[in-house]
Amino acid sequence: MALTGLDIFKQMPKTNCGDCGVPTCLAFAMKLAQGGAELEQCPHVSEEARAVLGEAATPPMRGVTVGMGENAFTVGEETVLFRHDKTFVNPCAIGASVDSGAGDAELDAMAAAAKAAAFERVQQHLACGFVAVRSTADAARFALAAARVGEASGLPLVLVSEDPEHMTAALDAVGTAHPLICAATADNADAMIALAQKHSCPLVIRAAGLAAVSELTEKAAAAGLKDLIIDSSPATSGVALRDQVFARRAALKGKFAALGYPVIAFPGELAKGDEMLEAVFAAVGVAKYASIIVLSGPEAWRMLPLLVLRQNIYTDPQRPMQAESKVYEIGAPGSDSPFFITTNFSLTYFIVSSEIEASKISARLGVVDSEGLSVLTAWAAGKFVPERIAKFVRDSGVAEVLSHRNVIIPGAVAQISGELDEELDGWNVVVGPYEAADIPAFMKARAG
Amino acid sequence: MPYADPVEQLKGRIREVVLGDGEGAVTVGGAAALPFCAFDGELPHRPVIAMEVFDAAPAGWPAALTEALGDVMGDPAAWAKACVEQYGADMVCVQLASTDPNGANASPDDAAATVRSVVDAVSVPVVVYGCGNADKDGEVLKKVAEALSGVRLALGPATEDNYKAITAAALGYGHVVIAETPIDVNMAKQLNILITQMGLDADRIIIDPSTGSVGYGIEYGYTVMERLRLAALVQNDDMTQMPMICNLGKEAWRTKEARAPQDEEPAWGDAHKRGILWEATTAITLALGGADVLIMRHPAAIATVRKAIDGLLSQ
Repeated sequence: MALTGLDIFKQMPKTNCGDCGVPTCLAFAMKLAQGGAELEQCPHVSEEARAVLGEAATPPMRGVTVGMGENAFTVGEETVLFRHDKTFVNPCAIGASVDSGAGDAELDAMAAAAKAAAFERVQQHLACGFVAVRSTADAARFALAAARVGEASGLPLVLVSEDPEHMTAALDAVGTAHPLICAATADNADAMIALAQKHSCPLVIRAAGLAAVSELTEKAAAAGLKDLIIDSSPATSGVALRDQVFARRAALKGKFAALGYPVIAFPGELAKGDEMLEAVFAAVGVAKYASIIVLSGPEAWRMLPLLVLRQNIYTDPQRPMQAESKVYEIGAPGSDSPFFITTNFSLTYFIVSSEIEASKISARLGVVDSEGLSVLTAWAAGKFVPERIAKFVRDSGVAEVLSHRNVIIPGAVAQISGELDEELDGWNVVVGPYEAADIPAFMKARAG
Repeated sequence: MPYADPVEQLKGRIREVVLGDGEGAVTVGGAAALPFCAFDGELPHRPVIAMEVFDAAPAGWPAALTEALGDVMGDPAAWAKACVEQYGADMVCVQLASTDPNGANASPDDAAATVRSVVDAVSVPVVVYGCGNADKDGEVLKKVAEALSGVRLALGPATEDNYKAITAAALGYGHVVIAETPIDVNMAKQLNILITQMGLDADRIIIDPSTGSVGYGIEYGYTVMERLRLAALVQNDDMTQMPMICNLGKEAWRTKEARAPQDEEPAWGDAHKRGILWEATTAITLALGGADVLIMRHPAAIATVRKAIDGLLSQ
């Protein structure tokens, strides 16, 4: 059973020395309880306390970082099975693979496409997370290919080979970039574990089924490796889902440390060459517990939906995503185009802007900072009230680009139109439709 | 400590709901485990796909859709036949979009005739969705229910504003009600309670929890569905134990990401594949949330999701 922060605090030295990096013993205990710190960070903890707290204080799922610098990613450290219990912690990394046996031009094109697969959405940067290189020729070629795509893409590398000689060559070339070694198996475990130790790199543990995986992770852990990723070699997507659910349950609910690691998934191997099916299996991994997802290609048509789905699944369910508060131009608005106002709840913004777009009439949409609340909720909470809206309109400078002074407000807050009229001197407040879906009809009617 | 599969047996079970009549009837629901978690408990019926047929030729659809569907788009009966015979749909969903009073405002009699033509054309169960205008849907679905007495359609969306009319029609003429609420566990339960209080058996209700697509609020629908399913299975909460249906085709295909041609958004890549994938990833995510019936639009998205469901059930 998990200990509370106070249970842990009782075992602490209570000196508030700060040597652990946290100012007080109580704060450190609270962090430990939430899985945000490790007991080893306290240099003064007693042996007795260590015995009591040891297992309970270890985060149930290890965080593992791959790569170096600004493009490095961390996965794992998850604490729940369902996102409504608590926000998922580290978004899964989604990347693509290439064969080392491909020609240089193909490697370069793939690296360029991986680098280009980056999108801005709701003030977040969504991008292809890594490049995986599979060894399909000799060891020297593997090393060259890994260095080439790593350099060209600037992305973290996953080195895919079960041959220790190939891995040795590649790590000699790119080992300082902190790549993920993929993979140690029952047959090559000693050599791969030694390589991971030598280069201080994270290591994938691959075996058929979770029982065999947990035996191998225990072996690696006994050798001192902590940064492990697991691959149970599922034969079907159903088995992959089952293993991902079981591994997460075992780690979080059963405190089964041997499976307390992030999972890597290869949906392409389950889809047998069907790239659409592969992407759908990848979507399953996004929702259900895959932490690293290796696709067969980095093209935008598959990266975009998967990265956006990931953004959705990993958002804080308590705190809505917010659109940036500003005036958005939809289409190519002129000085006589309509001017709408709404709130900055991302969903509200998306729906209103897509309905305006659907009308095929250019317009401006002013998004007022309502702290991420939808129109009615924001109004009720005092975040979408005449004073705030008027200030937004004045500060936005939109008046300078408009030849008219009509501001269209959501029909759901028709009751504020009089007061807003008074606040906004010289403006005419127009009440728009109650439902966003009626915006196109409303715009067409106004355009005559 | 050796590893043992952490199987979780659950208390509750989703009700089985039968749609359609005679040899073409299909049972949905029945799950005693979370979606695709057959290792925890029985999943007697796989999620099914109801392919959309519109009552009038839709305008403004992107090329990915119009090129795939082709000539049948103006003929609901031919479209329905194609759904079943060409694309292997488990069910057909008639979208009565043209009954919208703000649009073509087709009459209840016209709508009933359209549904009749679809029911006559196929042997699979038929789902009927009104235009979303509560008053009009009440009138239209009453007429449809009466005209198709006894064929066990699924009629929706019944909302808090029109459930009485739709439930009465389903009671009187032997149909199933789709109870729609706006992404909220308690509102979904409350509407189920109101509908059952009118005398409709609980095994003639399907929950439409409302959903957005990927990028447009899918996380809200997904999470409400997970919570409904956990309430049903873990807490054994009677009024959440209905199968769920997701009207997702329209949500996926209204998004800019599914529609924009590549020359408008070059950084987004191939428009056909992107659109199909937008619908398919939306569908599989909702299936993982607990959808028992997926209402879908594009033949290639349907084929891919069917294969994905096959794969997920291969354990």
